[in-house]
Amino acid sequence: MSEDQIAVHDPHAKPATYVEPEAADRFENPGLPPHRPRRADVDDDAAKRAERQVTTLFGLSILGTLGFIVAYFLVDPELRASVLVIGYVNLYHVILGLTLAMSLLGIGLGAVHWAKTIMPDTEVVEERHLQASDEEARNEAAGVLSQGYRSAQLHRRPMLLLTAGGALGLFALPLALQVAGGLGPLPGDALEHTVWRKGMRLMIDPSGTPITPEMVSQGSVIHVLPEGFVGESSHGEDGPSALEIMEAKANSSVLLVRLNPEQIKSQKQRDWGVDGIVAYSKICTHVGCPVALYERQTHHLLCPCHQSTFDMTDDCKVIFGPAKRPLPQLPITVEDGYLVAVDDFAEPIGPSYWERG
Amino acid sequence: MTTIPQGAGAVRDQSEAATETTADAADPKLPPPVVWADERLGVAKGFGLFKKVFPDHWSFLLGEIAMYSLIICLITGTFLTFWFVPSMGHVIYDGSFVPLKGVGMSEAYASTLNISFDIKGGLLIRQLHHWAALLFIVGIALHVARVFFTGAFRKPREINWVIGTVLSLLACIEGFAGYSLPDDLLSGTGIRAMNGFMSSAPVIGTYLTFFVFGGQFPGELIIPRLYIAHVLLLPAILVGLFAVHIFLVFWHKHTQYPGPGRTNNNVVGFPLLPVYTAKAGGFFFIVFGVTALIAAVVTINPVWAYGPYDPGQVTAGSQPDFYMWFSDGALRLLPGWMEFSIFGVTFSPQIFLGSLVLLPLVWIILGAYPFVEQWITGDKREHHLLDRPRNAPVRTAVGAAAISMYLVLAVATINDIIAIKLHLSINDITVALRVLFFILPVIVFMVVKRLCLSLQRADRELVLHGTESGRIMRTPEGRFYEVHEELNEFDRWHLVQHEAQRPLSLTAGPDTDEYGVERPVGPLESMRRKLSEFYFKDRIEPVTPSELAAAHHHGEAEALPGGQARAIKESVERADETAGLRSDDRT
Ligand code: FES
Repeated sequence: MSEDQIAVHDPHAKPATYVEPEAADRFENPGLPPHRPRRADVDDDAAKRAERQVTTLFGLSILGTLGFIVAYFLVDPELRASVLVIGYVNLYHVILGLTLAMSLLGIGLGAVHWAKTIMPDTEVVEERHLQASDEEARNEAAGVLSQGYRSAQLHRRPMLLLTAGGALGLFALPLALQVAGGLGPLPGDALEHTVWRKGMRLMIDPSGTPITPEMVSQGSVIHVLPEGFVGESSHGEDGPSALEIMEAKANSSVLLVRLNPEQIKSQKQRDWGVDGIVAYSKICTHVGCPVALYERQTHHLLCPCHQSTFDMTDDCKVIFGPAKRPLPQLPITVEDGYLVAVDDFAEPIGPSYWERG
Repeated sequence: MTTIPQGAGAVRDQSEAATETTADAADPKLPPPVVWADERLGVAKGFGLFKKVFPDHWSFLLGEIAMYSLIICLITGTFLTFWFVPSMGHVIYDGSFVPLKGVGMSEAYASTLNISFDIKGGLLIRQLHHWAALLFIVGIALHVARVFFTGAFRKPREINWVIGTVLSLLACIEGFAGYSLPDDLLSGTGIRAMNGFMSSAPVIGTYLTFFVFGGQFPGELIIPRLYIAHVLLLPAILVGLFAVHIFLVFWHKHTQYPGPGRTNNNVVGFPLLPVYTAKAGGFFFIVFGVTALIAAVVTINPVWAYGPYDPGQVTAGSQPDFYMWFSDGALRLLPGWMEFSIFGVTFSPQIFLGSLVLLPLVWIILGAYPFVEQWITGDKREHHLLDRPRNAPVRTAVGAAAISMYLVLAVATINDIIAIKLHLSINDITVALRVLFFILPVIVFMVVKRLCLSLQRADRELVLHGTESGRIMRTPEGRFYEVHEELNEFDRWHLVQHEAQRPLSLTAGPDTDEYGVERPVGPLESMRRKLSEFYFKDRIEPVTPSELAAAHHHGEAEALPGGQARAIKESVERADETAGLRSDDRT
C-alpha cells in the first residue's frame, strides 16, 4: 500500500467536494503520551505482592473446585435451610452454585489481575490499512473473473447462464413444498366450531359435576367445561384423548355467571340464558388468554394478559383494552334440572382471524 | 520535566538483564507439539496472530459479555438436553416435588421438574442456563447501544452491523423458544398469545397457525418443534453468524476511542499474547462465575410454582421475559377499535402491528441505520476512530429517543402491576402511556441534543480557558482573579480531535447557482438536504489553534501561525503569565 493512499484517508482529509477553508487550522495529534510505570514495575515488593495475590486467587479456584466435588457427594440433596438475605432455600443447590462460582471467579479474577499488574502495560501500535484493494489487485481480480466467464463460453452462449440460473433458482421448491405441505392440516372450518353440542351438560371445572340453576349464586363465577371433557367421565376407555381434552379446554371453556335479569341490557342475552344465568366463552377475543378475573360490583370481566375488559351486563362487549369483539355467548337452557347447552356458539370463539368476517 | 522510562518492559529489562540471562530468552525454540503440528499444518506461520493488537476500553467488554454468555448457554443447554423430554405426551407426575404428585401434565413439564428436583445439581444448570440467556440478551442490547452511540457501525463495518442486528433478533427468538419449552402455565400462556399473533396475519393467518402448531391450538407438536428450533436450528445460525461477526472484528481490526497517538490509520492497545489472552480469557471466567453466583442465590422462573399448562387457566400478572416486554406492551397499548371487517374478512392491526410487524420493523430500522446515515452525510471514508456520543448530537438524540419509545412499551407490559402497586386506574395508565409513546421521544430528542451541544460547549470552554486551579491572585491594581491552568496537549487532544460534520448545504455548495437561480434537485435529493440540515445545522466546532491563541493572548499578543502546535505548546508553558489577563477579563 503506497504512502499517499493512506494519506488520503487521514481522519481530517475531506472528500473531493468538501470545501473547508480553514482546514489547515487544526491541532496536531500530539502522539502517545509518555508511559508511566506501575508500582510493580519499579518496586520489587509490589511485584511480589501482586504475584502473591494472583496465586492466592488461583488457589481459591482450586479450593472451590474441590469444594464442589466434595459437596456433590457429601451434602444431602434434600437439605433446606433459611439463609440470610436469600430466604428459605435448597441449601444443596446454593452450596453447589457458590463453590462453582468460587472455582470460576478465582481463575477469572486471577488472570485479569495478572494481566493488569504483572504483564507489560506498554501500549503497542499496529498499522491499519485501507480495506479496499489497490488498483492492481482489482484489475487482476477482474481478469480472473472475465477469464472464467469466457473460458466457460458464457459470452457466446447466454442460454447456458439463463437455464443454469433458472434451474438453481427452482431446485429448492420441491423440498420447501414437502416441508411446508407436511407441517399441518388445512384449517378448514375447524376454528368455527367447539365441542359444545345441543343437550351437552355444563360441568364444573375441575370437579366435573353437573350444575343446577340453584348452584349458581349471584356474584360468583363458575368455570365450566363441556360434559365428557372433565372429571370422572373424561377418564373412561372410550373417553376423549389427552389431546382432545386440551383442545376442548382451549376452545370450549366457559364462564357461568348469575346476573340480575333487570341488569341485562339485551333481549338476546336474556333469551340465551336461564333466569339471568348466562354463559360466555372464556377465551379472550384478543389473542386467546383465558378471561379469568370477574369483578362482582361492576360485572366486568378482565383479561389478565393485556387487560381487555368486557361488560357482562352488556353482552360482554369490550369496554377497554385491545380486544375488539364481545365474548361469544353460549345459549343454555335447563334439561332434567341441569344446565345444558342449546347449541354450539353462534360465532367463532377466541382471537380474530382473517376468514372470520 | 522528569524523564520516565519507556515501558515496564524497559524497567524490568534493566533489573533482570544482570540476574537472569537464560539461553531460553535469547534463543527461543518451538515446543515439540507445536513443531509436530507445524509439520502437518504449517501452524507456525499463523503465530503472528498472537501479536494482534486490541484497544482497551470498558465498553468493549459489553460485547464480550454477550459472547461469553452465549458460550455458557451452549454448555449448560447441552447438559439440559440429556434430561429434558420435548414431548407433550400426557403423564401423571410421580417425582419428589410433593405438591404436584399425581397431577397430570406433559412430559416436557414433568422432565423439567425432574431436572429441578431429582437430578443432582440440575437446578443449578437450569438456572445457569436461564440467567446466562438473560445476560446474553442484556449484553447484546448494551453492545448494540455502544456501537450505535460511538458510530462504530460506519464504513467499513456496515456488514458487521447488519450481522449483529440479525444476531440480536435471533437471540430474542431463541430466548422465547427456550422459555416456552417447560410447558408450564406461564410459558403456555405465551405460546397461546403467539398463536393469537399468527392468526391475526392478513390472508395467511389461520394457515400459519395450523402449519406451525400442526393443527388446532394447542396440539401436540409445538413443543417438539420449538425444541428442535431452540437446540439445533437457531443455535446453528447463531453460532455461524457469530463466527463471521468475530472474524470481521479481526479482519477490520477493532475500532478505538480517539486519544493522543490514536489515528484512523493505526490501532493502539495490547497484544493478544499474553495481555489479551489473560484479560479476555479471565473475563470469560468472571462472567461465568458471576452467572453461577446469581444462579446459586436468585431463583429464576420457578416453573414448579406455576403448575402445568392448562388452556383454561392463567396466572394474574403474567409477563414474558423482559426482552419481549416491548412487544407485549405494544399489544396492551394498541386500542381494540383498530380492528375492522370488510368484504367478509377481518383485519386486526391492533394485534399484528404489535407483534408480526413490530418485531421485524425494529430490526429492519436498526439494520438500515448505517446506510441511511451515510446517505445523509455523503461521507464515504473509512472510520476507525469512534465518536464521542456528544460529538454526534443528533445521532445520540435519535438513539436516546428510540430507547425512550422502547421503554414506554416495556413499561406498558407491567401496567397491571403498576396499577396495583400505585393504586391507579389501569385505564388511565394505559391512556397515559399511549400519549407518552408519541410525546416522550420528542422531548427526549430535544433534551439529549441540547445536552450534547452543552457538553461540547463545556469542552470548548475547558480548552480555551483551562481548569480552575483554586489559586487566587491579586493584580497590582488590586483586582482579584483565579489562576486557570492550561490543559496539556494530551488532555486537550481528546477535546479538539473531532471534526464537526457540516450540512450538505455548506459542503456540497449552495442550492442556487451564481445568479441566484435555484438548481433543480430531485425530491430524493431535496429530502437528503433537509435531513442533512436536521442532523448538522446545530453544531459546535472544535477549538482551533488560532482560537486558542486568541483566547490566550486576549487578541493582542502575537498571532500564531495556524496549525503550529509547537508554538501553542510554548504558549501553554507561559500560561501562568497570561492566565491573569484572560480570567480578569472574564470577571
Ligand atoms: S388476550 Fe385478552 S387482552 Fe390480550
